Amino acid sequence: MQNLDTILKHALEELGGIDDPVELEQAKARYLGKSGAITELLKGLGKLEPDIRRESGARINKAKEAIESVLNARREAIQAISLEKQLALELLDVTLPGRGQDMGGLHPVTRTLERIQGIFHSLGFSTVSGPEIETDFYNFTALNIPEDHPARAMHDTFYVDEAHLLRTHTSPIQIHYMMAHEPPVKIIAPGRVYRVDSDATHSPMFHQLEILWVDEEVNFTHLKGVAVDFLQRFFEKEHLKVRFRPSFFPFTEPSAEIDMGCIFCEGKGCRVCSHTGWLEVGGCGMVHPNVLKHVGYDAEKYLGFAFGMGLDRLAMLRYGVNDLRLFFSNDLRFLNQFD
Amino acid sequence: MKLSENWLRTLVDPPLSREELAHQLTMRGIEVEAITPVAPFFEKVVVARVLSMEKHPDADRLNVCRVDAGLSEPLQIVCGAPNVREDAVVPCALLGANLPGISIREAKVRGVMSYGMLCSGKDLGIESDVEGLLMLPQDAPVGQDFRDYLDLEDHVFELKLTPNRADCLSAVGIAREISAMTGAAAFYPEMPKIEPDCLDTREIEVKAQSACPLYLGRVLKGIDISAETPQWMKLRLERSGIRTGNIVVDVTNYVLLESGQPMHAYDLEKISGSVSVRFAGEKETILLLNGENIELSARQLLISDENGPIALAGVMGGRESAVSDSTQDIFLEVAFFDPATIAKAGVLNLSTDASFRFERGVDFGMTRSAMERATHLILSICGGCAGPVSEKKGTLPERKPILLRLPRARRILGIELSIDGISGFFDRLGFEYEVRDDVFSVMPPSWRFDLKIEEDLVEEIARLYGYENIPGMRPESAMAMLPKSESLRPVSELRRLMVGRGYHEAIGYAFVDAVWEKDFSGNMAPIMLKNPIASQMAAMRSSLVGGLIDCLCFNLNRKQPRIRVFEIGACFYRTDEGYGQEEKLAGLCYGAAFPEQWGIQSRTVDFYDVKSDIEAIFYPTIPSFAPFSHPALHPGRSAAVLFEGKSVGCIGELHPKWVQKYDLTRVPVLFELSLEALMKREVPVLSEISKFPPVRRDIAILVDEKISAGAILEFCRSIVKPAKVELFDLYRGQGVEMGKKSLAFRITMQDTQKTLLDAEVDAIITQLIEALEKRFDSKLRI
Repeated sequence: MQNLDTILKHALEELGGIDDPVELEQAKARYLGKSGAITELLKGLGKLEPDIRRESGARINKAKEAIESVLNARREAIQAISLEKQLALELLDVTLPGRGQDMGGLHPVTRTLERIQGIFHSLGFSTVSGPEIETDFYNFTALNIPEDHPARAMHDTFYVDEAHLLRTHTSPIQIHYMMAHEPPVKIIAPGRVYRVDSDATHSPMFHQLEILWVDEEVNFTHLKGVAVDFLQRFFEKEHLKVRFRPSFFPFTEPSAEIDMGCIFCEGKGCRVCSHTGWLEVGGCGMVHPNVLKHVGYDAEKYLGFAFGMGLDRLAMLRYGVNDLRLFFSNDLRFLNQFD
Repeated sequence: MKLSENWLRTLVDPPLSREELAHQLTMRGIEVEAITPVAPFFEKVVVARVLSMEKHPDADRLNVCRVDAGLSEPLQIVCGAPNVREDAVVPCALLGANLPGISIREAKVRGVMSYGMLCSGKDLGIESDVEGLLMLPQDAPVGQDFRDYLDLEDHVFELKLTPNRADCLSAVGIAREISAMTGAAAFYPEMPKIEPDCLDTREIEVKAQSACPLYLGRVLKGIDISAETPQWMKLRLERSGIRTGNIVVDVTNYVLLESGQPMHAYDLEKISGSVSVRFAGEKETILLLNGENIELSARQLLISDENGPIALAGVMGGRESAVSDSTQDIFLEVAFFDPATIAKAGVLNLSTDASFRFERGVDFGMTRSAMERATHLILSICGGCAGPVSEKKGTLPERKPILLRLPRARRILGIELSIDGISGFFDRLGFEYEVRDDVFSVMPPSWRFDLKIEEDLVEEIARLYGYENIPGMRPESAMAMLPKSESLRPVSELRRLMVGRGYHEAIGYAFVDAVWEKDFSGNMAPIMLKNPIASQMAAMRSSLVGGLIDCLCFNLNRKQPRIRVFEIGACFYRTDEGYGQEEKLAGLCYGAAFPEQWGIQSRTVDFYDVKSDIEAIFYPTIPSFAPFSHPALHPGRSAAVLFEGKSVGCIGELHPKWVQKYDLTRVPVLFELSLEALMKREVPVLSEISKFPPVRRDIAILVDEKISAGAILEFCRSIVKPAKVELFDLYRGQGVEMGKKSLAFRITMQDTQKTLLDAEVDAIITQLIEALEKRFDSKLRI
């Protein structure tokens, strides 16, 4: 069996030196194929004596296994090399920008509104809306604004005809809602409102937000608590100072103006707060009993608070916008800063 | 309203600093908007007299003056002011004086020594644009510190008053309020009764009793109209921003400012016959003091003599009966006019100090004392004699007692309150009241027009308690989860979808140019505002398209090459009862389909890009698209968007004529959808997932150009069910004859119960091909 040793030696040498997968398979055939050297040896076994046959068979099979094992190792090595080559060829410039559409962005007023809604929804308030072309009744009368009130004068209100006007505030929404629902009422009513006014701090169209809570035991301390809580959450300032001072609105009594400590100068006084250290952020009060009566609620049984704020103003303060008109310019250079 | 702090402190002087006082006022509802010093800081300025002057030897414009500044020796001062003259009494800055921006030292002016400076108002920072020397009255005491002379250590409080607090529109009113909030005693000016020293009267007739429940008139004769207004009165008027005039006008203005009671003085000689208070007749006119000649209407209340109107009651006097430099005798009027009557006269957009107060309510308890006060001031300054006061009195506003229940006040405010505490507040406010059990019966004073119901008193209690002393509490309430229907899609989700597809949100005005309505909606009769702010903001929009085109033009002018914007907002229409509104979502794309980038070849956005946005908006429901005509859109490149059989919007390229008119170089693609159609969403119900493999077949057919892909797709879907049919290729060109197109469809079939056999599938496809041939005259493309 001198021959087997030579074959095995040759085979191991040859297979170990092959880098190409095709050559490797050809080499395999030369040893293990149908008429391969090892196969030929196996074929010759039948002619041998049984004793010698058993012994030779075992030797040949051992050699065959050795060849196969080298063969497999070689296969894996060649595969690894070729993968390596492929990977080197498939190198991407990962710094090239991604392909496709850009993102757009929400309007800052919308963004502000959505945040506010989120805050009030967490307290169980639902969002409601109402018509923008209103009647005198909803915009004024039902809100306890008498016929000869200065707010009704032509110079504040846009009129559509004798009976219709563009709502001057979001308060009529609460009238619509209360007329259609029994207390308790917990709503926020955002929307566009209109007044005949236009300069850097006034736009003929702007956004307001009204919060209304009517129930049997809602009092002034709750109004204060909710308003203060809200402003601290909205501006994300735990220690934001908020103060209430007496004011006048026909639809609330007692009424208050809400000021918060100036967030730009921390109350030291700056241009934004006219050097007072305070910023006016809204009006509020306990719902006037005449308003409750107008919507058919029992004003003895139910109490409520309402507070209203300028959405645009909150957005201006939050994002440092200094000209209200920018909100309605639809200038993409402005809008894309809120993406 | 502006008020001098020093004046205020003569009436009430609580031990509070200026800032503390202002804070107290603000926190009690009388907002102090600003505190302004009447003069900037300066020192060592005195009243001085120019004794003599001669021309400067080397400068034409300069004079060398000898000035008496109250020092032991006269000073030599070089002065360049054009109005310097001998005997002039002027402010003089002494050596070492500090003025705003300069300090005064010995100086040689063109070779002549100067030991001080004669000052203009501008030099001292008390007048902004007067160049010449500030001329003082001849009786100004030479040598007196100029700040003392003009009371310049004063500050002006600028007060912002809410419309309900008419009682605070005067110095006395503010003093009363300060007294109530601090407890400091107030000393009001004496208004002694002036006994008549002549018998002259003028007959008064009040024909409109309810509009003028109280009218007082008095004749003053032989007064010296040229008398100088006293310095103190002038300063107080000026610091309240009121221009001074002749003495009578100054006194009436002063009394108004002091007591809040408007009054008017007429030249007695110019009034013929009796004075009457009546409503205007048709076509009557009056020439007002401000020079305006106005035509009156029947709702305007007049003061009239026998010849016609002499004043618009409570608003403004007439020019013809006005007091002039030659007036000797006057007729003084003090009245109480009904607030609503005066407010209604205000349609003229004419607001005066008088009408502003009458509209809001004037203290009718003060009417007579104001008359006495004015009489006293005029007689003591101008001499003359006063006739008796004539009075016409009707029914004054009734003050009814208001009940206040202690438990109710506690319930509204959420704080502990006691009978004693509330009594203390009411005492300080000057209310008369009785208490029985837990109920107060309060009589509102004549100066308060804002106290009508229990809650009004609750506010007074809260005000004096201090809003800042009421704690903020987190409310306790029964927790209930908010309903949130899964079958309704929140608008915020839609907005985010648009943002994700590259759109920026815009917000446009609801009132637009009527031309947009015509161009983009074919709306020839839009809802118009009666009083628009500008003619191009007069029509209520029925569509968002105009605003988006405007936004496009605005941004193109600012060199933005690629624009994708959307808006969600209300649009308006007429209904039988009035007006309705519908929320819409509109979008506009212009320029490149994708932002400029390396990996996608640049091309202009087209109909199908935007259509895919609409499909995404509706997903997973599928709208259909049908050709139609729309005034804004290209007739061959636009479609109605149909959903559940109804038209819910449109999509298309802007009509070429608008592309031209609005000066666009490329063609925008737009869409507009009714928001309501987008809000509904099906709650998913799972159907079985098939265990069997899907079978796919592709077919390509040739059809006439005119046949729409949508029609074929819909037809296919109706023939092979259940299956997914998709269009995956559209081809025109080589191998396809002109006027035809090749459409390739992929049909995917799958059964949940068994594996479909090839034979079954082939049969279905053959059937489909035959049906297509029959319906569309199509040919199978091989």
